[in-house]
Amino acid sequence: MIWDQILDWFNPMIEFLVQAAKIVEKYWPMLLRGAGMTLFVSILGTIFGTVIGFIIGTIRTIPLAERGFKRGILKIINAILSAYVEFFRGTPMIVQASVIYYGSLMALGIDMDRTFAAVFIVSINTGAYMTEIIRGGIISIDKGQFEAAHAIGMNHTKTMFHVILPQVMRNILPALGNEFVINIKDTSVLNVIAVTELFFQTKSIAGNTFKYFETYFVTCLMYLAMTLIVTRILRHVERKMDGPDSFNIIPGNQMQVAKPEDLLKKK
Amino acid sequence: MEKVIDVQHLSKSFGENEILKDIDFSVGKGEVVCIIGASGSGKSTLLRCINLLEKPSGGQILYNGENILDDHHNIYAYRTKLGMVFQQFNLFNNHNVLKNCTIGQIKVLKRSKEEAEKVALKYLKVVGMDQYINAKPRQLSGGQKQRVAIARALSMEPDVMLFDEPTSALDPEMVGEVLTVMKELAKSGLTMLIVTHEMQFAGEVSNRIVFMDKGVIAEEGSPEQIFNAPKQERTKEFLKRVLK
Repeated sequence: MIWDQILDWFNPMIEFLVQAAKIVEKYWPMLLRGAGMTLFVSILGTIFGTVIGFIIGTIRTIPLAERGFKRGILKIINAILSAYVEFFRGTPMIVQASVIYYGSLMALGIDMDRTFAAVFIVSINTGAYMTEIIRGGIISIDKGQFEAAHAIGMNHTKTMFHVILPQVMRNILPALGNEFVINIKDTSVLNVIAVTELFFQTKSIAGNTFKYFETYFVTCLMYLAMTLIVTRILRHVERKMDGPDSFNIIPGNQMQVAKPEDLLKKK
Repeated sequence: MEKVIDVQHLSKSFGENEILKDIDFSVGKGEVVCIIGASGSGKSTLLRCINLLEKPSGGQILYNGENILDDHHNIYAYRTKLGMVFQQFNLFNNHNVLKNCTIGQIKVLKRSKEEAEKVALKYLKVVGMDQYINAKPRQLSGGQKQRVAIARALSMEPDVMLFDEPTSALDPEMVGEVLTVMKELAKSGLTMLIVTHEMQFAGEVSNRIVFMDKGVIAEEGSPEQIFNAPKQERTKEFLKRVLK
């Protein structure tokens, strides 16, 4: 019968879903804790990384003085910062995690808290990328914005804080969202230093149940759900930052180019 | 007349390129001076040197008798005394109209928010933009942006207003509204230094016209003298080209 054939064909799939559901039923606290840790590390890592990026990106765009002591100092700092960026962009995070965690344990005798180590590694890694993103963001702001701020007497710091960086923040939001999503996924490499994030938990569950496909399938869906939700939230934030497309006209005396006599009187 | 700005032997080069050569030039209190000349003659550079957006290569700029190129001179405090209006408006894109006019007052002049808003509104009224305080720059037309930019500069209550080709980036139908505002300001006794291509406007508002050519001041004088009886050959040539 054709129905039996169709059922035969669907049976393994149904069986698979039942097994997956069983794993969820039995191990959901572990999975949730893992997902929680993944989110915790990637959120903090993205935030700290962005802060690092803003600080370093801003320092790297300070205009060089023509001569003198300040120029020398700035050049040295820039060289160090650029070495930092090159190093962390040029090596895999999984290797960085091992080097930093085991390195500090064996060479320096510091037994880092694993969660702290995780946040630390993701932060400095994200920081290296964000530095370049923010530097690009600053460079891409129209020169006229700097000039207008300077022309009303703002120094470099005030110009940055009140005029340039808010615009950079808006412009880099899509890239920031990108980094966040990458971090959610890439924290999985932290299982090498036994951070109990989602991938680590999944590995333990799969090792216990021997149901590899089912377990990883559930985890796969959990990662997808996290990244989709985060992306939606960031979109919303972007729209919020853009503000409404229209504005309110303040009703009052119609458009008269008022006589500047009062301007004279003041002087 | 009391000199507010006195430029002496000013020179400016970009690499090999000498843009300004030994400029001597001054602006008196209450004077309206228009700088005219062909593109590339150095008039914008002169204006930008005066508020140090470009660093002069040589010479002196005296502001009320003090040399502001002195190493110890506070250029940030000096700049608050000069209002600058740019060709490209350069309104702060992240702030609305009101904030554009208050942020300098609050952060640089350290005025209270209430006072800053009062001052800003007063000058926004002068330029006819007080109804638009909630608008963001991207929501305004070019002429409106430039009027807000003028209000932003006025809100700092500067001694001198510098205008760098304020109507050159505007659509023809918007030039009028900006020039009207500027004419009113000129009448009010404000000291103004204007780089412009609007010859008729220059003739109407200014006490003195400075004609620049190839990095030097070729001729200066009253509008009547410059437009009706130019002495220099190159002034005549330039005027013949632009007044057709």
